Amino acid sequence: MDKFSYVNATSLKQVTSLLSDSGWGEVMLIAGGTDLLSELKEYIETPKTLINLKTLPEMEGISSDAAGIKIGALTTIADIAMHPTIQHHYTVLAQAATSVATPQIRNVGTIGGNLCQRPRCWYYRDETVNCIKKGGDLCYAVDGLSKYHAILGGDPVYIVHPSDIAPALIALNASMKITGPEGEKTMKVEEFFTLPSDNPFRENVLQPNEIVVEIQIPNTKPNTKSLYLKAREKGAPDFALASVAGVFEMAGRTCQSANIVLGGVAPKPWRSTEAENVLTGKMVDKAVSMKAGEEAVQKARPLNDNEYKVTLTQNLISRAVMMAVS
Amino acid sequence: MASWGEASQSRLIGKRITRLSGKDKVTGKAKYTYDINRPSMLYARILRSDVAHANVIDIDLSRAEELPGVKAVLPIIEVGKKLRYQGQEIAAVAAETDDIAKDALRLIFVDLEELPFVVTEEDALAEGAPQIRDWVGNKSNPGTNEKGEVEIGFNEAAVTVEAKYHTPVQTHVCLETHGNVAEWTDDQNLTVWASTQAVFGVRDDLAGRFELPANQVRVITEHMGGGFGSKFGAGVEGRTAVQLAKITGQPVKLMLTRRAEHLVAGNRPSMTQHVKAGASRDGRLIAYDMRGYGTGGISSGAGFQAPYVYSVDNIRTERFNVTINAGNQRAMRAPGHPQGAFAMDSLMDELAEKLGMNPLEFRRINDPSEVRQAQYTLGAQEIGWHRRNTIPGSGTGVKKHGIGVGSGLWGGGGGRGTQARVTINADGTVEAVTGTQDIGTGIRTAIAIIVAEEFGLTPTDIAVKVGDSGHGLRSGGSGGSQTTASVAPVIKTAAEAAIQKLFEHVAPLLQAPVDDLRVGNGTIYVASDRTKTVTWHQATGLLGMESISEGGNWDQELRQHGVAGTQFAEVEVDTETGNVQVIKIVAVQDCGLAINRLTTESQINGGVIMGLGQTLLEERIMDPLTGRMLNANLEDYKVPGTYEIPEIKSIVFDTHRKVTGVGEPPCIPTLGAIANAVYNAIGVRIRELPITPDKVLTALAQKKA
Repeated sequence: MDKFSYVNATSLKQVTSLLSDSGWGEVMLIAGGTDLLSELKEYIETPKTLINLKTLPEMEGISSDAAGIKIGALTTIADIAMHPTIQHHYTVLAQAATSVATPQIRNVGTIGGNLCQRPRCWYYRDETVNCIKKGGDLCYAVDGLSKYHAILGGDPVYIVHPSDIAPALIALNASMKITGPEGEKTMKVEEFFTLPSDNPFRENVLQPNEIVVEIQIPNTKPNTKSLYLKAREKGAPDFALASVAGVFEMAGRTCQSANIVLGGVAPKPWRSTEAENVLTGKMVDKAVSMKAGEEAVQKARPLNDNEYKVTLTQNLISRAVMMAVS
Repeated sequence: MASWGEASQSRLIGKRITRLSGKDKVTGKAKYTYDINRPSMLYARILRSDVAHANVIDIDLSRAEELPGVKAVLPIIEVGKKLRYQGQEIAAVAAETDDIAKDALRLIFVDLEELPFVVTEEDALAEGAPQIRDWVGNKSNPGTNEKGEVEIGFNEAAVTVEAKYHTPVQTHVCLETHGNVAEWTDDQNLTVWASTQAVFGVRDDLAGRFELPANQVRVITEHMGGGFGSKFGAGVEGRTAVQLAKITGQPVKLMLTRRAEHLVAGNRPSMTQHVKAGASRDGRLIAYDMRGYGTGGISSGAGFQAPYVYSVDNIRTERFNVTINAGNQRAMRAPGHPQGAFAMDSLMDELAEKLGMNPLEFRRINDPSEVRQAQYTLGAQEIGWHRRNTIPGSGTGVKKHGIGVGSGLWGGGGGRGTQARVTINADGTVEAVTGTQDIGTGIRTAIAIIVAEEFGLTPTDIAVKVGDSGHGLRSGGSGGSQTTASVAPVIKTAAEAAIQKLFEHVAPLLQAPVDDLRVGNGTIYVASDRTKTVTWHQATGLLGMESISEGGNWDQELRQHGVAGTQFAEVEVDTETGNVQVIKIVAVQDCGLAINRLTTESQINGGVIMGLGQTLLEERIMDPLTGRMLNANLEDYKVPGTYEIPEIKSIVFDTHRKVTGVGEPPCIPTLGAIANAVYNAIGVRIRELPITPDKVLTALAQKKA
């Protein structure tokens, strides 16, 4: 990696002012560093300054109140995975967190970093390949090797968003608090992520001078059943070939509402309103679950090597739905 | 006649003895090459080609040389030459820190003229493909083999199968990458700590290249983190480390990065077979016609076994090598066998099904090995062969179980060329010294067991010194599963000679003839009068100012060549996700006399895990677009982890009391066993490894269509 200066954060105000003078890549934030360090070592990023956020303990921790729970952006994936309230009331999030990487990475990786992590695409991660995301003309996955790439929402960049946490949060209707030079704002996690057609260089709407500080998740109803399914080639550590975050409000076998968000298949966590519409208000049986899966992949446009993801995604959705009613 | 004696007489040999170096390894006390640090040591790194094929127009080292902390910059390729694969060495840097060395690499400017490349076998064989070696085409002249009359065989055959089988390139993934620490003690004496499976091989390699007398080069490998056939020579990185140490006059450490390890440190060649085979109505394999090829990257040597294990009367084969712009192959655990076994065992099951015959019965008819015939019975019983689906894919539910079988064979009989000394000191201490190295299979412990057995001591009483050419006692490289069968006879005969010498000192004291003396448990006693006894220390005390030091010889009666093995796999295939989970492997491995049953089982476990990785996960992925390996890391090049490792029942099938090596053979039958189990589970055959979810789901979709 190239040399950089290292600054310990003293306040959010200081952090946003340090960030605001430069565009992307000059000044970068580091928390767990599990993604950033590999980017630095591979020369994908070459910042001049790193700001260490771990010196802001107020950004770490899980608390709950009448409205729901709040998770500081510096909270580790391990703490989320093992938190009793999250395990009981936000099961999908605990399961997603447990499926991330390895115990070592979960112990240092943070939820803020997980949401802001960069793609794993083997062309993007190769310093010598100048793809669209790095200012070039091509998405190499289109004519190259595309086993792990997007089947939905790809054009013109076929990366997949690698986060397990993000689909779970979106399915739970979570919001996030972002601080910038002009102060705080709150937005839905769902609105945080963008498609390459809007911005091929970034995966979210965060501005270079902004920082994610907190995640807020509303209470779930007592009749909520939620779960996260992740298909991968290897038990661990491995990123998702496809994953499904499902949050269902059930009255017996009738689905009152369903939130279904897919991971590993699109450049952003992919909310499948098509699948949700199939389920809402229906008595759930195998046929309905399969219909939900089919509808979810209607718009899939696989590349040369990833047609299997269409079947896989379909099957995972159906499985998630059936597990919710079992 | 020399013999290892009866099992009932053995106190230690054949028992389960904990590895002597185990505690040091798990506590981090064991020093691998990576752990060696010398005073004033420099760190070296190698600049490698980013492209698959190019002419070198110019190399400018000056800015790297000017970087503070850089001590030497060494060109490796000459201007005007060609780079023929990604990762090929361009230049090297030695610097005060590893970070400075890494920064310096980025200050070396290389002007290249990029050339068309081919990185897949298909592209290399295509009409009009660029020829990537000036002196020879991409396709080698085929090697052919013919036996009997294959057409007559097919005429007689009741059933035939035609199929194409493929295994991709697999890399060794040594957990300790290749590398060395080189130190010149003066301008004529060189010491190298090497991560190698052949300390004497590296010694002679370096002595030759640097024009030094062999006895002035010392190579040390106390512990090493995996070789699997890829670590026999000093390699470019070894020679570079020595050269940089010579230029700077300081010790130099040069270890390969994980990426370089994938790119240039060897691999198992790919295999593609187009095979047609026929069997008679009564289940005899009578015709085998195969045309196949593989790639060893930029080098040749992509051979594989075909046919394999089973007898065929009429054979015609043609095999050729395809050259591509990728790092060259090296020997890898049972070269040619796992690929051959995957294709052959898949083929056997396909033929059996056409015959309507139980695949195990079909094997019994065609397998000439009596040992394997017995192993089939034992293995089938252990896995519960009767539980398999008589109709493949007929199980109910989403997760389908299947059971399969595969076979293998190997040599492992050892060879001449090992020298060893066993020394008994007057204070009762014992040393056993030989020039072999512990590649990880536990030869250190095996040597201690053999000497302790002869002396009536315990293995921890024996100071075993291996992995150091400085002792001058030569031994061969650890390859071909030869180490134990090469070393054990020499150690045993040396220990026998030494104890005889000690008996000669003890005989007068005990007033008994030498041939009436025996060792007990830390004692020496008279066989005809057991009341006459001395302790080990009393006996060695008689040596006074002397010690006993005896050499041994490679007594062929103590070893045997040739092993048979079979494995059974039970898998669970998730038909919705395409995931294959291996539930259990029963590995029945013929091995002769297991000196240490525990480490023998451990070798079998390791072989099974490696075979499982090749079957389900591993593949070097070359990109036809960029000419680059896309998964030169351990994220996208996937090796088995704890979730993949099944219950492994390792059965040491000792058929005789002579030593035979089993380092390689247990990784062979795994491939066919798992592939056949997958077929038995889902009723659709996957003829291309690795069997990943994409292939399973695609195959299931085709079956449904």
